[in-house]
Amino acid sequence: MSAVRGFWRRTRDSRAAMFTGGLLLGIVVVAIVGPLVSPHDYLQTNFDELLRRPTISDLRFFGTDDLGRDLFVRSMMGVQVTILVAIVASIVSLVIGVTYGAIAGYVGGRVDAVMMRFVDTLYALPFIFFVILLMVAFERNFLLIFIAIGAINWLDMARIVRGQTLSLREREFVQAARLTGVSSLGIIFRHITPNLVGVVVVYVTLTIPQAILVESFLSFLGLGIQEPQTSLGALVDAGVNQMEGASWMLLIPATLLAVILMCFNFLGDAMRDVFDARDSR
Amino acid sequence: MSLLNVTGLSIRYAGAAAVNELSFVVEGGESVGLVGESGSGKTQTAMAILGLLPANATAAGSIRLDDTELLGASQATLNGLRARKMAIVFQDPMQALNPFVRVGAQIRHVLVQHKLADGVQARRQVIEMLERVGLPDAERQYRAYPHQLSGGMRQRAMIAAALIAGPELLIADEPTTALDVTVQAQILELLADIRQDTALLLITHDLGVVAGHCERILVIEGGRLVEQGATRDVFAHPQHSYTATLLAAAPRLDRVAVPTGTAGEAVLQVDAMSVSYAERNHGQLHAVRGVDLVVRAGETIAVVGESGSGKSSLAKAALGLVPMQAGRAVFCGTELPARLEDRDRDARKGMQLVFQDPLGSLNPQMRVAAIIAEPLLVHEPGITAAERHERSVAILARTGLGAEYLDRYPHELSGGQAQRVAIARALILRPRVLVCDEAVAALDGTVREQILALLREVQRESGLAIIFISHDLAVVRSISHRVLVMYMGALVELADNDALFAAAQHPYTRALLQAVPIPDPEHAGGKATLRGEIPSALSPPSGCTFHPRCAHAQDICKSETPTQRTVNGTTVACHFAGEL
Repeated sequence: MSAVRGFWRRTRDSRAAMFTGGLLLGIVVVAIVGPLVSPHDYLQTNFDELLRRPTISDLRFFGTDDLGRDLFVRSMMGVQVTILVAIVASIVSLVIGVTYGAIAGYVGGRVDAVMMRFVDTLYALPFIFFVILLMVAFERNFLLIFIAIGAINWLDMARIVRGQTLSLREREFVQAARLTGVSSLGIIFRHITPNLVGVVVVYVTLTIPQAILVESFLSFLGLGIQEPQTSLGALVDAGVNQMEGASWMLLIPATLLAVILMCFNFLGDAMRDVFDARDSR
Repeated sequence: MSLLNVTGLSIRYAGAAAVNELSFVVEGGESVGLVGESGSGKTQTAMAILGLLPANATAAGSIRLDDTELLGASQATLNGLRARKMAIVFQDPMQALNPFVRVGAQIRHVLVQHKLADGVQARRQVIEMLERVGLPDAERQYRAYPHQLSGGMRQRAMIAAALIAGPELLIADEPTTALDVTVQAQILELLADIRQDTALLLITHDLGVVAGHCERILVIEGGRLVEQGATRDVFAHPQHSYTATLLAAAPRLDRVAVPTGTAGEAVLQVDAMSVSYAERNHGQLHAVRGVDLVVRAGETIAVVGESGSGKSSLAKAALGLVPMQAGRAVFCGTELPARLEDRDRDARKGMQLVFQDPLGSLNPQMRVAAIIAEPLLVHEPGITAAERHERSVAILARTGLGAEYLDRYPHELSGGQAQRVAIARALILRPRVLVCDEAVAALDGTVREQILALLREVQRESGLAIIFISHDLAVVRSISHRVLVMYMGALVELADNDALFAAAQHPYTRALLQAVPIPDPEHAGGKATLRGEIPSALSPPSGCTFHPRCAHAQDICKSETPTQRTVNGTTVACHFAGEL
């Protein structure tokens, strides 16, 4: 699609976007390749090597945990899970939020009012509490976490998209399309949505860190990913218990989490610059 | 020594020159017009003088005000000079005034900042100034916020703010471009009266404005000065071909070729149409109140009036873009449903619209090819991609653009090219009625003439009926067969082109005509015979809505709404039609 190519060109020109994007890509590649090439396994406990310090020998870059499992492999698994949760949750919020917001904004009137009051109602629910109840009531699994986190994020997305759509709807090219007989769906998909890409991309890069934080928080509370699966939040939780004797068990996953969060935040800022620059050109 | 000395001024943006080796002087107390088309560097020059160039601009050369060098001067030096020695009036007063600060406080701030006055003294000076710029009830306006003033009143307040510290040089950058012609005449007269010893540098694209109000003019093209001289000489004997082109492109009320041609059968008929909008907390805003209109094939009917007169609402209701409250629209013999979406294919295909802002009316994410072909996808889904391409190329060629433009995006087009694309999109369905809503208002003179010529040609070939909405009477004179004059949503006069411009019946039409500036210093145009501005449509005056501004108003005008009558073939809504 033409729009995407233009965005890509401008992204390439932005040094901040390229740097943080590159760093993230590097982390993801290592997270995927690392566990495959490492001689160690994320499940393998080894009681001869409990709480080993990080060292190059044996390829135990990050040391081991209190069960003697290799922390490098486990951290990389954690990065995989964390980023996967974040991306899937963002896609959930993207699909629901954009469709919902665009329809509410374009149709307008009473439909808009009802749809947005529903969003307001959901906003009023204490979501972390709601998620905790979900986790307690149902079997804990990946899917539930995705749904729970996506369900938080799509509300913001719907509001932002609706606002943009409201202003786009009044734009003259939309009126011209109406006059030439383009159907409402045609207008939403050909004229409104492509012009939303800028805002939506920026917003998605900013919701990803939010989703990561929620997932980490749930895992930290012991409500997220189930052992022996792990995520960065779960690793931090484990690390806190060993903080005095084995500080690396806390510092390494916490640092990874912080770096990933910062990357997404910087990327979001850079994307905002990229899309702002478009207007001033 | 001259007041302002600009020598060899060059302004560059990332290598591209906006202004090139520009040199001119402004003597103390004189009025100089700086004329050029958009992108010629007029505003850049003004910004350079005031030290307001953006950070990514580099300026070279010299700008001296008295004996102070302004280029490269420190912020402190510039701040000391601004307002006291030089001041500016911008095009859009709404953007130039801070919306959160009362008008009086903003003007008073200038005095306090420069330690010219303080306390009660400053307040008194500001109120005196507001009175001088013609703000009625200056005490009250002192406490008003910018949004509570009308456009003309805001521009008066801006002028008060610019002149309060007694500058020697006043720069006015398109000060009347955003205003109606009647208000423009008032503001220009005010500027001429009030400035006294202050030198005026009037930046404009409108030759009519400089003809009436400047002693000397400077013509710039592409950042270079191409001609300067006394206004009379330049207008009478332009030396440079560009000046001659500009002059030729400036439409003149007093000498234009009036279109001829015979009108065919009625294609669009509007009966007693009313449009109103629900305003939150303010009840109903009646934008159009019972207008009748018949548009015939092959004719251009112009709709004129000040902003807020309901011209656009009338056309949009006929097109179905906004709902009408009462009345009906008949297209080629069949009555149209009010909602666009309820109308059948033929009706939707048959009426198209061209907007004022050519770029805004093209989807920035679509290529020209997709923009032009989209109507075909809807109305002729059977045809092949090759046929669509062929039709697109043909219609684009008709509007004067080559097939290479099909691959462009709207932002890669100039204003004129974008408007051609918008016209191509409107014409590809071969409509019977084309509504042009201020379609040439945003274009420069020469481009405007080309677009008008294009519309005339298309009409001659296809018998298209055109509804031409415009505030520019000179353009209306040159393109329309008939003219509908609207005031506060109602018809005040409907006449043939010649009849209207030769002998307008309604006092409002006459005032409009007198307010149009004529690009010729030998002819007096641009007279502000109409005082005040159009009242709020939320609380229209009783009787004849025009009576508060009418010089001939009698008691009957205040109490009774005039009925339409026909005088010499002209329909007029005035109690004294034919008697004035």
